Amino acid sequence: MSSLPSYLSLPERIWHYVFLGICAAILFFLIFPLLVIAPLSFNAVPFFTFTKEMLAFDPAGFSLKWYEEFFTSLNWQGAVRNSIIIAFFATIISTSLGTLAALGLSRPHMPYRTLLMSLLISPMIVPLIISAAGMFFFYSRIGLQGTHLGVILAHAVLGTPFVVITVTATLTGFDNNLIRASQSLGATPTTTFFKVIVPLITPGVISGALFAFVTSFDEVVVVLFVGSYKQRTIPWQMFSGIREQISPTILSAATLLILITIALLTTLELLRRRTERIRGVTPS
Amino acid sequence: MNTAQANTVLLTADGTPLKVSLARAQRRSKIIAFSMVAPLLIFITIAFLVPITDMLLLSGNNEIVQRILPKTVEVLQSWDETSGELPDEIVFAAMVDDIKKAKAAREHTKIGQRLNYESSGFSSLFRKAGRKVKKIKKPPYKEALIKSDKRWGKIETWQVVKQFSGQFTDGYYLAAIDFKRNPSTGNIDSLPSKDSIYLKLFLRTMLLSTLITFLTFIIGFPISYLLATIPTRISNTLIIFVLLPFWTSLLVRTTSWIALLQQEGVINDFLILVGLIGEDGRLAMIHNATGTVVAMTHILLPFMILPMFSVMKTIPPSFMRAAISLGAHPWRAFWRIYFPNTVAGIGAGSILVFIIAIGYYITPALVGGSSGTFISNRIAYHISQSLNWGLGSALGVILLGIVLAFFVLYDRIVGIDNMKLG
Repeated sequence: MSSLPSYLSLPERIWHYVFLGICAAILFFLIFPLLVIAPLSFNAVPFFTFTKEMLAFDPAGFSLKWYEEFFTSLNWQGAVRNSIIIAFFATIISTSLGTLAALGLSRPHMPYRTLLMSLLISPMIVPLIISAAGMFFFYSRIGLQGTHLGVILAHAVLGTPFVVITVTATLTGFDNNLIRASQSLGATPTTTFFKVIVPLITPGVISGALFAFVTSFDEVVVVLFVGSYKQRTIPWQMFSGIREQISPTILSAATLLILITIALLTTLELLRRRTERIRGVTPS
Repeated sequence: MNTAQANTVLLTADGTPLKVSLARAQRRSKIIAFSMVAPLLIFITIAFLVPITDMLLLSGNNEIVQRILPKTVEVLQSWDETSGELPDEIVFAAMVDDIKKAKAAREHTKIGQRLNYESSGFSSLFRKAGRKVKKIKKPPYKEALIKSDKRWGKIETWQVVKQFSGQFTDGYYLAAIDFKRNPSTGNIDSLPSKDSIYLKLFLRTMLLSTLITFLTFIIGFPISYLLATIPTRISNTLIIFVLLPFWTSLLVRTTSWIALLQQEGVINDFLILVGLIGEDGRLAMIHNATGTVVAMTHILLPFMILPMFSVMKTIPPSFMRAAISLGAHPWRAFWRIYFPNTVAGIGAGSILVFIIAIGYYITPALVGGSSGTFISNRIAYHISQSLNWGLGSALGVILLGIVLAFFVLYDRIVGIDNMKLG
């Protein structure tokens, strides 16, 4: 696309550059909101905008105090701890149950496959506010509302569809002869599972687990209803922060979250390239 | 006959017919497969499906009236509400007794609140009755109760109690679509348009979601096309511009739109700096429908781009070249050849964005103000603030119905088995 074919007419050439301009504008729209957060989080005054000092690159306009607040305030530290604990256990539950279910769903002769699949991925389809309300009523009645266990279970429910989908996807086109071959060569079902099935589904399980973790880490509606202050997560803290006293500490938290996202995406991209290299496929 | 048939049946090594043996093996395989799915199925059922069903039932549940006013409801059955006369002494006696018991259990305000949803004034009526009934010790109860509050002497009061004394009610659903049952006639009337808020809210949710879906399509299409047609080496880098927002926390993206759009925000400051608007002409781009549409378009854009991109990648570039070499103008080639091939991706992306949009809660709650909120925000309000759980649930059921209808459409177009992520 960098060098245009010589047979293009002038209007076509003009359109080509106009099109590239449009695309650049769209990419800017996509990424600008994420870029603007970082400089704002170094604001010396509690505003959500650039001050004159900042625009003049005057050092007095910048400060690290919102980061200091993030790392010292009890509210935020509790939120970080809760987010990690809840996401960790929710991921374990949804990954283990989801992987097992996906293996079952992908077996030949699975009865009512479509119906079961619809039921299992329903938490992804039902609007979050409805899931949150339903869980709020039910969990309050059985005493799980306002407990870590309640939030973990709720998040595990929300995360399982992603695991089921990603693992099922890696299993489509799975050659069942591989299992027969392994068994005919004398492997026990356990050996077959660990030596044949596990290596094949691992990428799906990892990306499913990642989705489940991010779902829980980013989830706020269900935490607002099923949890309370004691279960506050980072999104919970940000939500109530925006609603009550708006402070740039939220911006510093947001900047840190973006950095984590970049690290996560880089890891995924490196993993993908590595897989491609191992498979001998080079990007064209 | 028997022997002749036995000869034709294939047997396995241990002598059982092959058919039986195969059926047995398949049954075993089914049981194994099912037992692997079972743990998750049980988990989802208990932790998710039961709570959802439980909430759905709440939207039609009216047992509170019979529970708190058991005797009254029983004796009211023999009263003819169309007779134009007040119920007999026995009904008043039952009501006084029921309120005394409810007062002792501190539930008399609950029944007042329940009936207040149907006819305003009941909340104060029952609160007052709760204070007064202890003085009413002997008959005639009728005069005593009417003396405590003359509303007890009105036929309409008793008509409402009788009308809404069943185990189930459609009252919440009627309220959710701005209708009301007339207590004296039992007819269903629509509310005057100044009081009708829910139909407008549903309509607004659908309209704004459609607008957001359309905007994500318009903005997403060129980028998907670019990503699908440039060399993989470059598109692998450019797709980060789509994936980074996709993986970034929803709260982070909403926060940055607040920073950008608010009155003292970055965009307004920039416009003043370049002199497009004056200091007093700051644009109101947040806490209204504009804020919701802009922020949600940005947030949902990846859900549109990714399905379109994956469909466009499968369209061979030679299609367009062939059309052009056969004499079609590039526009015509694009419109007649390329575009029809992308329809599956557009459909998948649009339905996905629309389904997510109509159930959205967080972003409208933070940037929507009063003109940019969705039906979800109203549901949340009824569940955590007004505590009218029946109405909140009824609104939820209607929303769920709409979402499921669109999901069935999505399933027809894409198929849930082909759902891909990221």
